[in-house]
Amino acid sequence: MKSEKFATAAVYQWVAHTRSSKFFTFSFLTLQLRTMTEEIIISGFGGQGVLSMGKILAYAGIMEGKEVSWMPAYGPEQRGGTANVTVIVSDDMVSSPIVSSYDTAIVLNQPSLEKFEPQVKPGGAIIYDGHSIIQPPKRDDINVYRIDAMEEAARTGNSKVFNMLVLGGYLKVRPIATVEDVVKGLHKALPERHHKLIPMNEEAIRRGMELIKKMN
Amino acid sequence: MDNQKDFVLLKGNEAIAKAAIRYGYDGFFGYPITPQSEVLETLAADKPWETTGMVVLQAESELASINMLYGAGCTGKLVFTSSSSPGIALMQEGLSYMAGNELPGVIVSVGRGGPGLGTIQPGQADYYQAVYGGGNGDYNTIVLAPNSVQEMCDCMGKAAELTFKWRMPVIVLSDGMIGQMMEKVELPPYRPRRTDEEIAKQCPWATNGIGLKNRKYNFMSTLEFDPAVMEERNQKMAAKYHQVEAEEVDYELYRVDDDTEYLIVAYGISSRISMKAVDLLRETGVKIGMLRPKTLWPFPNKIISQLSERIKSILCVEQCEGQMINDVRLATEGQATVFHSGRSGGMVSSPMEVVEDFKSMAREKMSNNWPKGYWMK
Repeated sequence: MKSEKFATAAVYQWVAHTRSSKFFTFSFLTLQLRTMTEEIIISGFGGQGVLSMGKILAYAGIMEGKEVSWMPAYGPEQRGGTANVTVIVSDDMVSSPIVSSYDTAIVLNQPSLEKFEPQVKPGGAIIYDGHSIIQPPKRDDINVYRIDAMEEAARTGNSKVFNMLVLGGYLKVRPIATVEDVVKGLHKALPERHHKLIPMNEEAIRRGMELIKKMN
Repeated sequence: MDNQKDFVLLKGNEAIAKAAIRYGYDGFFGYPITPQSEVLETLAADKPWETTGMVVLQAESELASINMLYGAGCTGKLVFTSSSSPGIALMQEGLSYMAGNELPGVIVSVGRGGPGLGTIQPGQADYYQAVYGGGNGDYNTIVLAPNSVQEMCDCMGKAAELTFKWRMPVIVLSDGMIGQMMEKVELPPYRPRRTDEEIAKQCPWATNGIGLKNRKYNFMSTLEFDPAVMEERNQKMAAKYHQVEAEEVDYELYRVDDDTEYLIVAYGISSRISMKAVDLLRETGVKIGMLRPKTLWPFPNKIISQLSERIKSILCVEQCEGQMINDVRLATEGQATVFHSGRSGGMVSSPMEVVEDFKSMAREKMSNNWPKGYWMK
């Protein structure tokens, strides 16, 4: 089952990059019939929007009709301390909400990278923010992606969409949900008074998709 | 109030609060404590007193909230409180009084690591507290053990039903992890709260003054000076408990079939972790399954006894140093060996740790199978 999962993810990725060849579109469709489970860890500083990014991703999963779980590291947390959340999106019922290895790690600060890099499954992916990470990941059995979301957020003068830029980058390499579903998820996740901000977030997601770069 | 079904992403604690409003609860009395504070927070944010008329009150302490529950229970109202381990410890006296007076009431326990103030991280060290009770006297409470956010929601409806059916307090034993994690939930439709007439009809024993013209007044006390009368009361309650044990046992089997060789027994969050461990072990060809008690009292003794006739090694997974394991051992009636797996004090096992514990159990079982004195020869 594990190898199928990786194969599915790999083909997903391949199709996302090329979007051509009938043959591969065909195998994409056949493989999709098998079950998909994506185990994601999102980790960074408190205040970076780590937990809400996970929540929006989980909502997008619900919109796709998938099973989801969202498990934060809760406790006596503080602003500036580290925060992380495990999100699982699956076609089947999610068994354990905590896992010891991940398909994708999104790391937004150096301590998180050091902690979660060894826990990414071989063939999995790691996404890091170029500004926050001084020493990039070294593993060569995983796909390493870099997104300069912090710089982009600073350039546009809108630091609050930082997490949406990263989410866009993630959805580019692992298209587990469409942007439309994420927007639907935003409608559910945000209170009505904030709905006017959704177009700005959608734009950030699309911009994030352009920003992400493969590093190995 | 719309009656359509909602699919929402909720924390376990939020699901409890929203479910209580929708199942027509009359009141909540509670005191905040991590990791269950979201129950009170969600109730305060949803303002059910404006819609269904449900009372939400932050008491000055856990002692006050359980005694408010006791008072409201006397009037036949459907009420609940929620707390975490040390808070539930404070409530034990009130719980014993409620059980003594055979009153309805729902207590949600969102467990954390202990003893004492312990940690605020998830734990399952309150199995004894919930199942055997920390209050005095010969009493039992029904204990439900949800393992997902959806079940947290459904348990509130089941508890509401059971607590009036059997006239005894019902404990929903959850843990910090289910309380804090978010999952997809389908909330139940709104059910109106019961009217005074309905309460009078359902609870003729209640001390609420309804219909006093047509009946004798009701009296409620746990104090009894005549031991013969007290014994009679205890015997009556015991007969009821035996009936509950016969009728209300609930469990779930996961990947248990005719050729299963090993069994995991786990409840709450441990059952979710074990489910993954079972999947991982099944992939490597180990014939293993899981039994999950959905009610901890009454405990599913019969099915464990039946299974242990052919399954000789059982791994009991719980996030404490071993409490439910003793009930599992009793239920096997000595037919199987039971091993423990789990972390404690707020740490939570990963599925891989359960797999490792299983492997060492399998090794130990093999060494136990050598004939005695084998190495001496």
